[in-house]
This record gives sequence, structure tokens and C-alpha cells, in this order.
Amino acid sequence: MNLFRSGERVEGGVTIPVATLAELAYAWWGDRLAPDWRPHTREQNQAILDGLGLTGDFWKLP
Amino acid sequence: MDAHDLELRNLTYQRFVELGRAPAPEELGPRDEVLAGWRRLHDEHALVLDGDAIRMANPFSGVPTPYRVDAAGRRWYANCAWDAFGVCAALGVHGRIEYGDVVVAVRDRKPDDESLVFHCLVPAARWWDDIVYT
Repeated sequence: MNLFRSGERVEGGVTIPVATLAELAYAWWGDRLAPDWRPHTREQNQAILDGLGLTGDFWKLP
Repeated sequence: MDAHDLELRNLTYQRFVELGRAPAPEELGPRDEVLAGWRRLHDEHALVLDGDAIRMANPFSGVPTPYRVDAAGRRWYANCAWDAFGVCAALGVHGRIEYGDVVVAVRDRKPDDESLVFHCLVPAARWWDDIVYT
């Protein structure tokens, strides 16, 4: 899970814009230090991915 | 995750942020009791242990990595690019991420260089097969 400059060659997997990554990070980790934190359910996390357009088999959680 | 383990998990994260590094078990309570709790949390993917030490309290890394994040007056290590943004997200602050010669600032939740791309090699279904590799 690395950052690259646009146009750099990467092998396999998928690439997404860094702006989407930032949105993903805030949705996924933003509550991590909250005093009332509870583990995200699989459904919550899948909804985060889906909501950012990260759909399809690659982004399907187990 | 029961209430006791949730309390230990929250204390672990709280101390991580206070110290700017992964706490040792004895910094949280009786060593054997803390380690037993950490192992349960590891099994539930609430943190990642390497032996008796915290390897990951995602998005924070317990060990130095190529992803360095300057935020909240400290330097942090993140486990990957996703977690590097996650450090800023979790702390609720602006930040600056360095990865090799890539430097990106995060202000108001947004990267200042939107030309970058994030590469994810492992499909979501297999992230936890080997989370350190992922």
C-alpha cells in the first residue's frame, strides 16, 4: 500500500487517486482515538469502501 | 471484544499517543495480564503484536517504517500510505507525510498534491492473511 507519482509503473493490484485515499483514511481511521470507539463491523467498513466507489471483487472484504 | 479488552485497547491507544511510541506492557499494568489482553486483541485484529511488543496499533506503527508523518508536534511512523493519512485522521490534525522523495502535506483532510496515486497490491479479502506484508 504505497504512494507513487502519477505515471510511475506499478505491477498488479489497483491504483486510486490520493484524494480518494485521504477520504478513505478519514472514514476508516477517524474515530480510532475516540473514547467511545467500537470496532467497525465488516458491513460498516464495506460501506466506507462502497461509498468511495471502491467496489468490485478487489475491494470486497471477507 | 468484551468491556475489559475494550478498556485495555483504549488505554493502549491513549498511551501510544501520549508517549509518541508503542507502550511496553508494563507501562499499562501487570505485564502478564496486559500481554494476555493484547493477544486477544491481536486475534481480533484490534492491534498487531510482534512477540510481546506492539507492531501495529493501526494506523500507528510501533516500529520505524518508510512512512513518516509529522503531526501534532511529533514524528510518527505509519504502516503504509493509507495509515499515513490515517495518523492525521486519528489525531484530527494537519500533517506532513514523507515516503522516500515523496512529500505530501495534509490540510483540512486533503493532500496538497493530488497528482499522486495510491497502489494497493493485495485484495481486501486477503489483507489480514499477512497484514505486515499488506
